[in-house]
Amino acid sequence: MIEFANFYLIPGILLGSIYALGAIGITLTFGILRFANFAHGESMTLGAYISFTLVQMTGLHPLMVMPISMVLTIVVLLFIDRYFYRPFRKSHAIMLVMASFGMMLMIRSVIQFFWGVQVKTILPGIQMPIVFFDTLRLSPKHIMIIISAIVLMLAVHFLLSRTKIGKAMRAMADSPELARLTGIDTEHVIRTTWVVGGALGVASGVFLAIDTHVETMMGFNLLLPMFASAILGGIGRPYGAMAGGLIIGLTEELSSYPWIGTEPLLNPGYKAGIAFIIMVGMLIWRPTGLFKGKV
Amino acid sequence: MIPVLELQMVEGGYAETQILHGVSIKVNAGEIVVIIGPNGAGKSTAMKSVFGLLNLTKGKVFLDGSDITNLSTEKVVRHGVCYVPQTENIFPSLTVQENLEMGAYVRDDDFQPRLNEMFDLFPPLAEKRKQAAGTLSGGQRQMVAMAKAIMVEPKILMLDEPTAGLSPKFRHEIFDIIKTVHKTGTPILMVEQNAKQALAVADRGYILVDGKNKTEGTGQNLLNDPDVAEMFLGGGVKK
Amino acid sequence: MEQFYGYFLYLISLATMGGIYAILTLGLNIQWGFTGLFNVGIAGFFAIGAYVSAILTTAPSIRHLGGYQMPYAVSFIAAMLVSACIAWAVGKVCLRLRTDYLAIATIGIAEIFRLILKNETWATNGPRGVSMIPKPFETLPEPWNQLCFLALVILTVFVIYLALEVAHKSPWGRVMTAIRENEIAAKAAGKNVERFRMQGFIFGCMLMALAGAYTAHYLKFIDPNATEPLTTTFLVWVMLIVGGSANNRGAVLGAFAMWTVWSASEILASRLPDELAIRTAYIRIFLIGFVLQIFLQKYPKGFLSETRPHPRAARTPGYSEPE
Repeated sequence: MIEFANFYLIPGILLGSIYALGAIGITLTFGILRFANFAHGESMTLGAYISFTLVQMTGLHPLMVMPISMVLTIVVLLFIDRYFYRPFRKSHAIMLVMASFGMMLMIRSVIQFFWGVQVKTILPGIQMPIVFFDTLRLSPKHIMIIISAIVLMLAVHFLLSRTKIGKAMRAMADSPELARLTGIDTEHVIRTTWVVGGALGVASGVFLAIDTHVETMMGFNLLLPMFASAILGGIGRPYGAMAGGLIIGLTEELSSYPWIGTEPLLNPGYKAGIAFIIMVGMLIWRPTGLFKGKV
Repeated sequence: MIPVLELQMVEGGYAETQILHGVSIKVNAGEIVVIIGPNGAGKSTAMKSVFGLLNLTKGKVFLDGSDITNLSTEKVVRHGVCYVPQTENIFPSLTVQENLEMGAYVRDDDFQPRLNEMFDLFPPLAEKRKQAAGTLSGGQRQMVAMAKAIMVEPKILMLDEPTAGLSPKFRHEIFDIIKTVHKTGTPILMVEQNAKQALAVADRGYILVDGKNKTEGTGQNLLNDPDVAEMFLGGGVKK
Repeated sequence: MEQFYGYFLYLISLATMGGIYAILTLGLNIQWGFTGLFNVGIAGFFAIGAYVSAILTTAPSIRHLGGYQMPYAVSFIAAMLVSACIAWAVGKVCLRLRTDYLAIATIGIAEIFRLILKNETWATNGPRGVSMIPKPFETLPEPWNQLCFLALVILTVFVIYLALEVAHKSPWGRVMTAIRENEIAAKAAGKNVERFRMQGFIFGCMLMALAGAYTAHYLKFIDPNATEPLTTTFLVWVMLIVGGSANNRGAVLGAFAMWTVWSASEILASRLPDELAIRTAYIRIFLIGFVLQIFLQKYPKGFLSETRPHPRAARTPGYSEPE
């Protein structure tokens, strides 16, 4: 039982929080700018690498330098939006999907150019886990990640439900056309979307880097689970994305628990396929997702 | 007297298709004005032309005497023109109150008094202020849509086929809401398919055919005009 | 003399791979150019074709499934059929939804396929891949073996090109264009939009599988990373957009032109010192991405535009339904 918690449940919640933070950005862009942003994973990777360099330079903890890498990544995202996405505001959304697909490879090649492809460690040293109730083991970095993720999600909740711009974001996710007719400054909403999505993306990238390591494919590997989380929760529904991320993270980890007999239920090599299966199932059964999003 | 809204021989359309070939419409203070016409006559397009939603190649649009031709949508709203589209006219996942707050997005002052006014005007909305607007009934959604649109205390409210696709019972309800809004002193310009009922509440009406003015007159005159009766009011029930 | 012979062989291989990419690009053109479907799992369908054909033709091996030693014709057709079945399943789920979902699902299916290839070692030899794949005409003396393979590829490209030209001008092709330009009108005209889309998607995926099969036999080896999956997909997209989507000649031209640039720049880069050469590879991807962005924004019609007015550039979504 305790082995279940230590090796499956906690890693699942951890992974789920990372997916959830990333998926919020995906679902907001999907809902507000109306396109599936293939480059979202890369903004996480970029954030993680910038944090890595800042940690190298300053010797501070990754969480301490995270705000700076958020700002830098957001600047890059706003630049990309201005020169590569904005020209397509009035075109078919698929042009944006294509532009973001190209952007995904461009950002990654820049990262590979500057940092190389070797795997890097952002938080050196092995930490002794803290033991609760004699058996429940939690490493300090995991506690830190989960608490930070909760704080960030509460901040998102506050933004979306209490602030004018947050409500305008939800309004635009509901109907961009009506938002424009209502006089909402849609360009301002779009910029805020990049700021929020980018900041959360960087956080999720840095958390993943703290949990594992920094590598150039880390963002892309998260892309499919994040899309799946966004679709599971309902496109344009940030709370749905949080729930979807947690569900998918947990399912991925729990799928290799030996539920029946002593063998893992699913070959761990296929863990990454879980998200896809859930996503396809959702697309067949209920494309609007759990929280009734857009189709 | 300067009209609140005036379209002067407006021409334009979408991309390469020209839809309006010279439309002139005037709305004076305190009026309800109706645009009717057959399908494809450019009625809704004429309304959208005010909002910078299409390319105007010729003609001018004036609001209170000042030129607003081809201004961006946001600027037109800031100038005090509000528009309720035929469909998708509320934010379904936002609560009723949040919908009204969004209606006041362009206001920088305190809109709380206006919010309370709206809740007084439409008591059912006050009850459901915390409920997601998408869960309301059809009539209540229209209330939200209109209350949201007049949160800015606009100079003019424009409605695009507010009763389209509704049953006769609901139509009455909608026309009642329109009258309620009108009583607050807001002039209204609307496109309607249900010409008879619309002309009955309207001060004046315009008939558009093929993107051009065909006839205009007071609501009563148009109702009694035999040509109009044959074209729009006869047995033929429109969607 | 020796040196010229080397150049000659290089040109043959350049043309062969260019031809294989032309098949891929023509396949994508059916999907994107004619039907408006967004497939970013090209590498997945390519891999399906490569593995199916490889497994069906190789000699028995303890490392992977095989030993069927089928004729090439059978393995090529099988490769296309398997790809068609998978495309059908993907299409069944996604074609009724917005195009973005197809993009997500196809990139997903490509990833899943990579997982299967890596994990099912009994069938695919996992990451080590399938080797000793027979190659058509390999018993002929050099350079005739290379030339004959090139001829096979070019002939295939030509046949596909002709078939697509005929199809494009046929009633079937006109319905396809109509659906892409105005789905609602096509539906109103009584056309079963989903079925036509499905056909376009399946045909495209079959061609991608054929290109995969050719590559497996040409290189005589295939592994899950034989072609960097995203780069392959991306390159094919750039080829089509640069060449001109919805134009078959544009697709072929784009494939050969971009492949020449890609391959030549690789050779130039390989002359640089090692450290720099590796980094140059990333600059190449970046530049190709930049080329795509420029074409998307400034020349969305590509080098050779469609003969009829292109709807995607002019239309303003949201306002496309006046009254």
